[in-house]
Amino acid sequence: MENNKTKTLKDKSIIETGEMVLNMGPQHPSTHGVLRLKIHTDGEIVSKIEPILGYLHRCFEKHCESLSYEQIVPFTDRCDYLASMHMDHAYSITVEKLLDIELPDRVEYIRVIISELQRIASHLIAVGAFGLDVGAITPFTWTLRDRERILDLFEQLCGARLLYNYIWPGGLSHDLPPNFINRTLEFLDYFEPKIKELDDLLTTNKIFIERSADVGVIPPDIGINFGVSGPTLRASGVNWDLRKDEPYSIYDKFDFDVPLGQGLMGSIGDCWDRYYVRVLEMKESSKIIKQACKQIPEGDVMAALPKKIRPRKGNVYGRYESARGDVGFYIMSNGKNTPLRVKMRSPAFCNLSILSEISEGWMISDIIAILGSLDIVLGEIDR
Amino acid sequence: MTSIVDRLLLSLNSTVIDYEILLLIIITTLGVAIFTVMAVNALIAVYFERKVSAFMQDRLGPMEVGIFGFKGGKKFWGGIGQTLADAIKLLVKEDIIPDNADRTLMILAPFIIFTGALLTFIAVPFSSNFVISDFNIGIFYIVAMSSVGVIGIILAGWSSNNKWSLYGAMRAAAQIVSYEIPIGLSILLVVLVSGSLNIGDIVEWQSSNRWFIFHSPFTFIAFFIFFISVVAETNRTPFDIPEAESELVAGWMTEYSGFRWALFFLSEYANMLIVCLVASIIFLGGWLSPFHIINIFPESWYIFDGPNIGLLWLFSKAAILIFVMMWFRWTFPRLRVDQLMYLCWKVFIPISLFNLFFVSLWELMTNV
Repeated sequence: MENNKTKTLKDKSIIETGEMVLNMGPQHPSTHGVLRLKIHTDGEIVSKIEPILGYLHRCFEKHCESLSYEQIVPFTDRCDYLASMHMDHAYSITVEKLLDIELPDRVEYIRVIISELQRIASHLIAVGAFGLDVGAITPFTWTLRDRERILDLFEQLCGARLLYNYIWPGGLSHDLPPNFINRTLEFLDYFEPKIKELDDLLTTNKIFIERSADVGVIPPDIGINFGVSGPTLRASGVNWDLRKDEPYSIYDKFDFDVPLGQGLMGSIGDCWDRYYVRVLEMKESSKIIKQACKQIPEGDVMAALPKKIRPRKGNVYGRYESARGDVGFYIMSNGKNTPLRVKMRSPAFCNLSILSEISEGWMISDIIAILGSLDIVLGEIDR
Repeated sequence: MTSIVDRLLLSLNSTVIDYEILLLIIITTLGVAIFTVMAVNALIAVYFERKVSAFMQDRLGPMEVGIFGFKGGKKFWGGIGQTLADAIKLLVKEDIIPDNADRTLMILAPFIIFTGALLTFIAVPFSSNFVISDFNIGIFYIVAMSSVGVIGIILAGWSSNNKWSLYGAMRAAAQIVSYEIPIGLSILLVVLVSGSLNIGDIVEWQSSNRWFIFHSPFTFIAFFIFFISVVAETNRTPFDIPEAESELVAGWMTEYSGFRWALFFLSEYANMLIVCLVASIIFLGGWLSPFHIINIFPESWYIFDGPNIGLLWLFSKAAILIFVMMWFRWTFPRLRVDQLMYLCWKVFIPISLFNLFFVSLWELMTNV
């Protein structure tokens, strides 16, 4: 070994080989935002990978300390900008826990309908972008086309298409616009056949299966140790869905299944499973929306609250199953109208932390696929 | 089959100009003509590709830019001037060469790639009368020349001094060099049966017998191997790993902009046209009418053949193949590097070798 090295140094005719450090991002087409990956590569093979965060840090938690409880909602919108409703919902149920208030039934139903629509919209992006990451361009435009319909619904609902500020602590900003329920059901009738189309184009494509099956397997125990949650964990066969296991809002009233990864094309917990769990979850979400649309009662959309929210002293932790996983808000209150401290548990952050563990030894192309299958949103990771 | 160069020389020989100067003028003129064909091809193909992709993706595609006041409305012709406008934009764009790049090589690389495509066109006939120069080893020349471009790709990747470019170049080199082999072996089948490397003779064989794709089961397989391999050779999806935009940003073209990048683009589409023309010529009867597909039609049906209408047949066949390539691109995901190599070395090359052996047997049995 020693001999070899000295020989290489003296004899320039022998080409030296070594590891190469490749900076992927912050400006890169498939880091889903401004993530930077420092990849140590030996040719195409990746030997080590370091995610470097913070390019989108906006001091969300510090900002919260100087804002009243209602004013924080627009900021939670901007955390997970692909599933803003989920962030608002998660934050609102945490504040409501602190306030100990009862919500009108209509609020809960509307929140469930909106949240599940948002879950479909977010998963459409995840599924399409994963296709894009492995090189299929058409599925992405198809899923964006369908997501557009959901955004149109949301636009009718609250005027915004991305950052809604719709779910407030104590209720909602508006009631549903007229005919909204019918439009939602119309959308579902349109949408369900589209999942079949997506399956034909991408899910069962041979090249797609070659690229994603058996790649980046997350074993269930390692996943749990890293705090992975959401569809990413369920793809590894762990039955953990807060909507079932720790029902918040009124999820216990609905009949739906929790899709788990079964290793249909490769082994349990590979990229294909993570992709397919999301496709199945969209079907389940549409099932929930249909039930909620049938049962929705009339009533107020805001609980009786004082103009300035001054919760009791104390700490509270609320958790919520967002499109990316287990969102948690820890709020410390000292009885004033601004929180003393807000800490957010970001699911995408924990999901990303497993990247360096599972991607060693794979090729650069696989890193892109694995990253795409984790479905990260940098707004939520960096906060 | 007489080439255009020969015919022009014969008809102009009586004039007072020197033979050498005449040759030079003719060659230059024809070079410009080829360049025009390449440019027009790129303009049409890019527009076509954008429209095809748009319709596959439920979009409209380019819709705004008309040409000479003609806008076409919300039809297929909606944005007919778009590619022309894009071409002009590329020509007037700033030409960026990074500080740490190897200046000479970086400037040289696009021209090598472009020259490769341009020189290949010399031997590609458009019809029985339209061929710039009629080699007796035409098909060999085409295979040889179409691999010159890989030198340019490696130079482009190396000189850019960018890791993405380097990755793209290395991938491209490995891929193109590998896929030359199944292409060569598939062509060898045709050469074996027709007994000639001359393209005219190959089409002549098909005219008196049938299309090569229907010669035997082995040529049928060989056609598909050839077609998939040329898709890989032209770096199109699902084999676009050298420029994989979701992995390598833009592969070996990352640092190029403006005119030099336009040259890459031009060469890519020219290569597409070349390989589709070659596939049509050697497997699908070239400029022969579709009635030559198998020899069961009466002789009187062959009136649809001819040097001029042959042009139409050849380009329709090539256009269909180009459409199939676009269809691939907008439908399939991308393969990984090792899967690509697996497909080439462990699937295509063994099958091609078996093909070669069995087609020889076939010829022996049927020609006794």
